[in-house]
Formats: sequence, C-alpha cells, structure tokens
Amino acid sequence: MNSPKINIKPFGVHSVLIEWPNEVSEIILEKILHFERFLNKEVFTNKEWELVPSYNSLLIINRTKQIDFQKLSSDINNWYVQLKESPKPDRYLWRLPVCYDLEFGLDLEEVANHFHKTKEEIIALHTGTTYTVFGIGFLPGFMYLGGIKKELEMPRKATPRPKVVKGAVGIAGKQAGIYPQESPGGWNILGNCAVPIFDASKENPCFVSVGDKIEFYKISRAEHDLHRIEAEVGIYKPEKIKIDA
Amino acid sequence: MLKVLKAGFYTTLQDAGRFHYRNKGVPVSGVMDEMSVFKINSLLENHESSAVLEITMTGPTLLFEKETYIALGGAKMSATLNNLPIQNYKVYEIKEGDILSFGRLEKGFRSYLAVKGGFTSKEILGSRSFYKPITKINRLIDNDNVPFSLAKDFQPKISEIKVASFLDESVLEVNKAPEFDILSDKQLEEIFSKTFTVAHENNRMAYQLTETITPHTYSMLTSATIPGTVQLTPAGKLIVLMKDGQTTGGYLRAVQLTDKAICILAQKKGGDPISFKLV
Repeated sequence: MNSPKINIKPFGVHSVLIEWPNEVSEIILEKILHFERFLNKEVFTNKEWELVPSYNSLLIINRTKQIDFQKLSSDINNWYVQLKESPKPDRYLWRLPVCYDLEFGLDLEEVANHFHKTKEEIIALHTGTTYTVFGIGFLPGFMYLGGIKKELEMPRKATPRPKVVKGAVGIAGKQAGIYPQESPGGWNILGNCAVPIFDASKENPCFVSVGDKIEFYKISRAEHDLHRIEAEVGIYKPEKIKIDA
Repeated sequence: MLKVLKAGFYTTLQDAGRFHYRNKGVPVSGVMDEMSVFKINSLLENHESSAVLEITMTGPTLLFEKETYIALGGAKMSATLNNLPIQNYKVYEIKEGDILSFGRLEKGFRSYLAVKGGFTSKEILGSRSFYKPITKINRLIDNDNVPFSLAKDFQPKISEIKVASFLDESVLEVNKAPEFDILSDKQLEEIFSKTFTVAHENNRMAYQLTETITPHTYSMLTSATIPGTVQLTPAGKLIVLMKDGQTTGGYLRAVQLTDKAICILAQKKGGDPISFKLV
C-alpha cells in the first residue's frame, strides 16, 4: 500500500512534529495511529517520551533531552517507509445519551431557524451520524469529532459564552463535541450528556481514545436525571460496541 | 502540616508536572520556573521533582506545625521567618510554630518554597501539581493545610548558593516551531526586532503580549502545542502558552521558547518588556 507522504518539522529542541497531508481523513488518521503504535511499542519505550496525535499530525516530545533533529527525522522516515501492517488494536464505538430539552439545548432553536428546519429535524441530523474522534485537547477529555452532516455545519457563535456547563453537547463548523467540564466556549449548544467523559479519579481518566467512534441518541429528561445520578455515584457504564475496522 | 494562615494572591502546589496524559487533553502543569526550583530542591538534597509551593506576586503567611528545613528561590518577595528577614537560595532550619511570611515584591513574579523531602499531598494522575478539575482546587485558600514529613538533623552539603539571577533578563531565546517557515519576512522582522509588553492577561495557562504584528489568513487543523509555544492569531496577536496551556491548538505556531526562556518569562508580570532572539 502506498503510504501518504509525511513531513517532519522541528518544534523547539525537545519535540518534532510529523505532519501528513492537510486534510481531515480517516485513512490518514488510521495511518497516524498505526505509526504511533509502532513508535510507542518499538522505539519510544522509555518514559521520557510522549506522543500526541491530532487530525493530520503526531507530536513526539522528549521531556528533558535535546533531540538531534537531523538524526531523528531520518530515522522517522526510515521507520515510516518500513512500517509493516500490524493487527489493529480494539476500537470502540461509544453510544452516548443526550437530553435535547431546551433547558440544555440553549441554541437548538437558533440552529433550527438558521437551517429552516424543526428542532426534531436538527436532533435527527445530530443523532443520525457516526462521528470519529480526530483529537482530544483544549480541555481534559474534550473530543474533536469529525463526521458532522453537511446540513448541520454552523459557524461558532460570534460571541463566546463566558460559561458553558459540564456535559454541554455542541457543534461548530465541521466539528462536534462535548464540554467535559464547565468552561468558556463559543460552540452552538444542542443538549447535554450526563456521561462523565473525563474522571481524574480513574487510572484511565478518559475512556475515549483518538480513532474511536461516537454516536449520540436522544433520551428524555427523566432518563437524563437518572444517568446523572448514576454518574455521580460512579455506576454509569457508557455503552460501547467493539468495531471491526 | 503547613498551615496556610493567609493564602496570598495565587499560591499553588507544583512539582515537575503531569506527564503521559497529554493525548487525553491534560496539560502538563508543574512549576513555571524550573531553574529556580531545581536549585532549591538541590540545596535540600530533594528529588528534582519534589513538590514545592509556587507563590505568585503577593506571598502567603504560613505556619509550620513540625520541624523541617526550607529554602526559598525565584522572585524576591521580602520573606521573613518569625519577622526576621531571610534570603533566597539558603537552607533554614524550621522549628514547630515558626511563621514564614512575605512582604513587598522586589523583583520577579513567582517565588518558590521547598521543604526537606518535598510536600507530600496525594498524587493525582502521577503529579501533585494543582490543575482544576484534575485536582479539586486550583489554588490554596486561607486555613488550608499542606502535608510534609518531619525532618531533623539534616546536614546540608551546601547550605547557601550564590545564584546568577536571570530576573533582570528580558531576551527570550527561541527555536523554530512547526509553522515558522510560513511567516513572511515582514512578520519575522517584527517578531525579532520589536520589544513586546507582557499584557495583563497573563497566567499559568498563557501570556498574551500587547503589541501585535502583521495579521495573516493561514488556517490549520488542530495540532499539538507544548509549554513555551508562541502562537500567532490571524489578528496578529502573539500568545505564549505556559505550563497549564492547552495540549492542542488551532493557531499558527511561530516559535518555541527554550527551557530557560520559559523560566525568564515566568518571572514577568503585566507591563514588563520582553524580546525574542532566534538561536
């Protein structure tokens, strides 16, 4: 298989950035995650190294030592060219419940008006697609979800809200996401998800990984309240389906 | 325990940082001025990642409830032990009931307090560094208690060091960041010839600079950032990410501060001048 080309760039003295073509593509994301697995397993096994994938790039960081850029970039090119097919790790589709009541869906009416659709049609568009996690950043556990339906691409709000609540489910341009904690934010808010995406008390604080899939489904206010209580006492288990990629 | 009688402006517990969770969006956090902290942990013969108090602008009043040894470093804040002036980068023996307090900010912005053995609060995701909501609190408040272990009969190999202070330095040395090569000659000239002013919007997440440079229309996909990354917004504003900075961003990454430059900037406050130099 022909691999998409990579471009290696210096990023200070402790990091190098590997870039793939500048596009949002599942094929590229798969390639990045495949290469990341190889590097984690075979090369950067020492705790000094850390890798951060996102959309079309992979950052390699050494915590303390200076990197010899020429040598590392030539090594990276060789490793990449020789990269072999390997068994894919387990990937999951997470089905997350969303309450679209207007108390939570602060911008649902505005979004519906913008597209000349009903609120129900907007909800159907939002729940009727499978999203891909292209990156996690901005806040602990904040997922950058790609795969939004074209009919739902709405620019972010002209003025960000000083406070968006934890669990707020939002859309902005080609992206969808969930605010894992209270934060200022400029996305259009459609509803709320009671599932805690990030929990610092767990050894794996964020059950989602880059490359996973997300689907939303609509629930009632009563179910939402129940999930919230389950989440607070720590017994809620998000629904996951293993994907055969 | 160390009892916080008065918390000061912004006092936090920090260690070397929280690593290996950046792929889940968790900032590294940790001390802003690593160079100063390295020296005081070394004086106390602590592990280099031992947790210290990071004291910002206005210092706290602290009561030691057991014996230990301490050293201060970083900004000069007119520190006193039981009302007697004490110096930075010198080991002091502490008795139960001793009170450490801080006065006028003389130079720098962040001062550090290390105790023998380091503070021993619970680690969360491998670090004691405050960062809300990973830790329940983002700074100490009055009457908080910070745990540490009793230390007696410590004979420091070196009890005092003369430090070549960088608190007066204002030139930040930088290396290239990923989008460096797309900067125009004009933008490069502006970055490396102008003197910039630290804006009042400066904290552990990011330092904004007041002066702007030529705007741009470059747009990129969200990609990783690290402490010390200097972002350039389309409007021409420069934002320097610091230790609590977000792990990814969508703004052009122009240059990257060296480790020392991060320490120099960490000691600057709103209104202070800085400039950049490519190395």
